[in-house]
Amino acid sequence: MAVRVNDDVQEARERLEIELLLEGIQRAYGYDFRGYALASLRRRLWHRVHGEGLETISGLQERILHDPSCMDRLLRDLSINVTGMFRDPNFHRALRETVFPVLRTHPFIRVWNAGCSTGEEIYSLAIALHEEGLLDRARIYATDIDEAALQRARSGAFSMEHMQRYTENYLRAGGRDEFSRYYSADGDVARFDPALAEGTVFAQHNLVTDGSFNEFQLIVCRNVLIYFGRELQEAVLELFGASLTRFGILALGRKESIRQSRHAGAYEPLVESEKIFRRRS
Amino acid sequence: MTRVELVALGASWGGLQAIETVLGALPSTFPATVVIAQHRPSAGQDGMLEHLLDTHCALAVTEAEDKQELRPGCVVVAPADYHLLVDAGRAALSVDEPLHYSRPSIDVLFGSAAAAYGDRAAGVVLTGANADGAHGLAQIAARGGHAIVQDPDCAERSEMPAAALWSTPEAQVLALEQIGPALVELAGTPEDARR
Ligand SMILES: C[S@@+](CC[C@H](N)C(=O)[O-])C[C@H]1O[C@@H](n2cnc3c(N)ncnc32)[C@H](O)[C@@H]1O
Repeated sequence: MAVRVNDDVQEARERLEIELLLEGIQRAYGYDFRGYALASLRRRLWHRVHGEGLETISGLQERILHDPSCMDRLLRDLSINVTGMFRDPNFHRALRETVFPVLRTHPFIRVWNAGCSTGEEIYSLAIALHEEGLLDRARIYATDIDEAALQRARSGAFSMEHMQRYTENYLRAGGRDEFSRYYSADGDVARFDPALAEGTVFAQHNLVTDGSFNEFQLIVCRNVLIYFGRELQEAVLELFGASLTRFGILALGRKESIRQSRHAGAYEPLVESEKIFRRRS
Repeated sequence: MTRVELVALGASWGGLQAIETVLGALPSTFPATVVIAQHRPSAGQDGMLEHLLDTHCALAVTEAEDKQELRPGCVVVAPADYHLLVDAGRAALSVDEPLHYSRPSIDVLFGSAAAAYGDRAAGVVLTGANADGAHGLAQIAARGGHAIVQDPDCAERSEMPAAALWSTPEAQVLALEQIGPALVELAGTPEDARR
């Protein structure tokens, strides 16, 4: 009798291969991608399979377990650092108009920028805090799992080619000054004023495995949760809940929500359209 | 034949009107989920959603939120500047780099539909002036899903449908007006859906 794989089995088998690979990576290298969102992950894995000239995800598993350099390449494929300054100007305007007035009531402000990537978001926050007269009493904790991205964030140097777009975003976000005042052009690099990052603490932190390390009046975590599966999202929201002060504010990405989460009840919307929530107690 | 549970539409240049025509032919009882990747400017101020909401579409049209449930009869549109993917009954978003200068990318959406829905997916490539969707449509077909391409001769821009036909020669070629009714047939009746 001929053995034939039907279509449903094909899907199930691919899922099995992915699960085995992630289990192997976790046990051999300690990186835990098991709770990540399958759809994006699958795309990235296949990208690596083809990049290695392989045919299957099982084939990739074999190579990864025997060749650490292949693991390195996969890690690079899996880190999505896409970001920008004042990305979603409406969001940054809402921060200024609605969130900062709340922060102003505190003598000392702690902000956690979780998943800060290469730092464009940190500088956007710092510039807005500065213009609202809050930067002096604010401390930004900027964390990411990706040390290479953090390294770039620390440098405060961004590509000149984006400055025109960032300037437009800045103005639409309610910026009140001349954007070019904040950086100096150095060839094709824009070096931002180091004073902006003086109150920023950069640290590697893994949202999946590391715990709460402080209490914040504001947590900004945008476009990170989309890469996690629902269970992992719940766990991270739990972590955020444990890391917010009473009535602390949680700001997520434009298309992320806590609505379907079991933590939804703990928050009320502060600016619903911009996914800014406030703890009820 | 397996009933289609997910219809993925991909469109670019001239796509809004084409999408409107397709959606306009779907009854309020349409039992499959419709997901849409339409190329749009990254700032998203193209009024796309408002436009689709205004059309006489009998189904509820919303912009995708991460991990939202994909219910029968819902139309879910990829947000500007995000890739829309599907996974086992839920939407999933990503900000991975644009593919062929596009985010949302039709190939990304179709690829995820092929992997998660197999022969329960249908992919439809509409008007456009690039080759996005060609690769994804072939993936849908390879997994036993249904491939439909708007007749390039009647499309506002023929490049995208032509590229899709080149990659998926077995795709069904239909005039725009025939696509909605064909989808209704593929999705079966609400009674089928409940079984
Ligand atoms: C798409 S970027 C978002 C950057 C920025 N927040 C924005 O919205 O522009 C996602 C970031 O999440 C980080 N990340 C992914 N998994 C993580 C984890 N488990 N813990 C902390 N950061 C993580 C990635 O390294 C990446 O820098």
